[in-house]
Amino acid sequence: MEILFYIFGIVAVVAAISVVFQRTPVYSALSLIVVLAALAVIYLLLGAPFIAMVQVIVYAGAIMVLFVLVIMLLNAGHEGPSAHRARFARWLGPPLLLAFIVEFAVIVWKQYGLTGAASAQPLDASPAAIGRLLFQSYILPFEVTSILILVAVLGAVVLAKKQV
Amino acid sequence: MTTFSDTEFFLIETVIKIAIVMFVLLTAIAYLTWLERKVIAHIQSRWGPYLVGPHGLLQPLADGLKFMFKEDIAPLEVDSVVYWLAPFLAFLMAFLSIAVIPFGTSFTLAGHVIQLQITDLNVGLLFVFAVTSLGVYSVALAGWSSNSKYPLLGGLRSSAQMISYEISLSLGVIGVLMIAGTLSLRGIVDQQAGLWAHSGLFSLLPRWNFFLQPLGFLIYFTAAIAETNRIPFDLPEGETELVAGFHTEYSSFKFAIFFMSEYANMVTVSAIATLLFFGGWLGPSFGPYWLQVILPVFWFCLKLFCFLFFYIWVRGTLPRFRYDQLMAFGWKFLLPLGLLNILATSFIVAWVHS
Repeated sequence: MEILFYIFGIVAVVAAISVVFQRTPVYSALSLIVVLAALAVIYLLLGAPFIAMVQVIVYAGAIMVLFVLVIMLLNAGHEGPSAHRARFARWLGPPLLLAFIVEFAVIVWKQYGLTGAASAQPLDASPAAIGRLLFQSYILPFEVTSILILVAVLGAVVLAKKQV
Repeated sequence: MTTFSDTEFFLIETVIKIAIVMFVLLTAIAYLTWLERKVIAHIQSRWGPYLVGPHGLLQPLADGLKFMFKEDIAPLEVDSVVYWLAPFLAFLMAFLSIAVIPFGTSFTLAGHVIQLQITDLNVGLLFVFAVTSLGVYSVALAGWSSNSKYPLLGGLRSSAQMISYEISLSLGVIGVLMIAGTLSLRGIVDQQAGLWAHSGLFSLLPRWNFFLQPLGFLIYFTAAIAETNRIPFDLPEGETELVAGFHTEYSSFKFAIFFMSEYANMVTVSAIATLLFFGGWLGPSFGPYWLQVILPVFWFCLKLFCFLFFYIWVRGTLPRFRYDQLMAFGWKFLLPLGLLNILATSFIVAWVHS
């Protein structure tokens, strides 16, 4: 099982790097789909099949399809080496990235030490248990989120509507 | 005789099952094309394929050879990586979902219980939907990478169609899931065992979910026809408008792969319809042990065949929708109907449980 985790972890990281470095937008989007699929496999290995399937259906299946469609419709071609790259990004980027990685590593190290997160309790990740959490313990945030999404959908419809 | 450990036995068993299922499925797909041409021909008072073999029975073989030996032409301006990726993605997604479909009960061989299913996931149905939702990419990418306007339009149309109808597809089965209380396909079938009553008129009716969820079934199957891009919803390849839609620029075996995936998808959605609404492999079972193992498989295949025949029958009967009609039908009719069905079912389930 552990070997599978490393394989898909490496796939996810390599694909994530590929998202940033691809010159063609469609390839970036495809790499992102690979990242999401690899994450789904890792969820599966962690014993959360429901989350894994939802990850694929919602992110890889629905959201990324829209990304790909938009890229295809815009017919965005190759992105050339851009001349007008912001200079401060070049000088500020790497140190900030380094700072972020160090910060992240320190937090993880303080929390779990060097032995890894083996102490985490195995949770019940069955669909029924997740449903109970969503509709009983976290019913208010759940409903608020659904209203937010509804507002976003209405906003999108209003924006996309032709002037009558 | 050497004895295997449980892991070894599991591995060997799985590989053998995959080989058998793939062989049967590919043969079935080949003969499905023959059946389709024959049935359509008879609907239109023609003979259909007749020359290759008796009643044209060797026609699929001839077609396969033809596809293999045709020159594989790739247009110059295609995006070669994605252009090659798309048909393989289509094939992979079409055949992956077969892995969770149970086609019979189980039997015991040398002390091991062998399930007639490649793998029994407890979220089997979601797995099928996940794989189906990834199938959209093959169509969209094939259309885009061909770098030609008809395939692009076909790819866009069919992605939009598949995304729209996927919603109705899943809404249609939620009623069954609420009644069954499980996502395991085997579990859902097991719950449909038996008859509605011990005596009287209802004792003739099996406990199939169809009788509880007729509306859910209609929504599911309508959406399934659209999801597999078949007539009357085959807008992505509407010949008169788009030549052949997303696979216009594909030739030779790459075209054959798209063709096979379409038929494999038909088999998958029909199998899901059989399992969820018509009791899967359940049916009269009698006789010696080997017969009791084979009969369920037979019932399953028979029900599956009825659905596939229905597909072809519909193709021979109905004209194609217009694109705006298709979208309006999906979003303004099928989707609200699906939501209504869920609402009604949830009230009844809650009432029965209390």
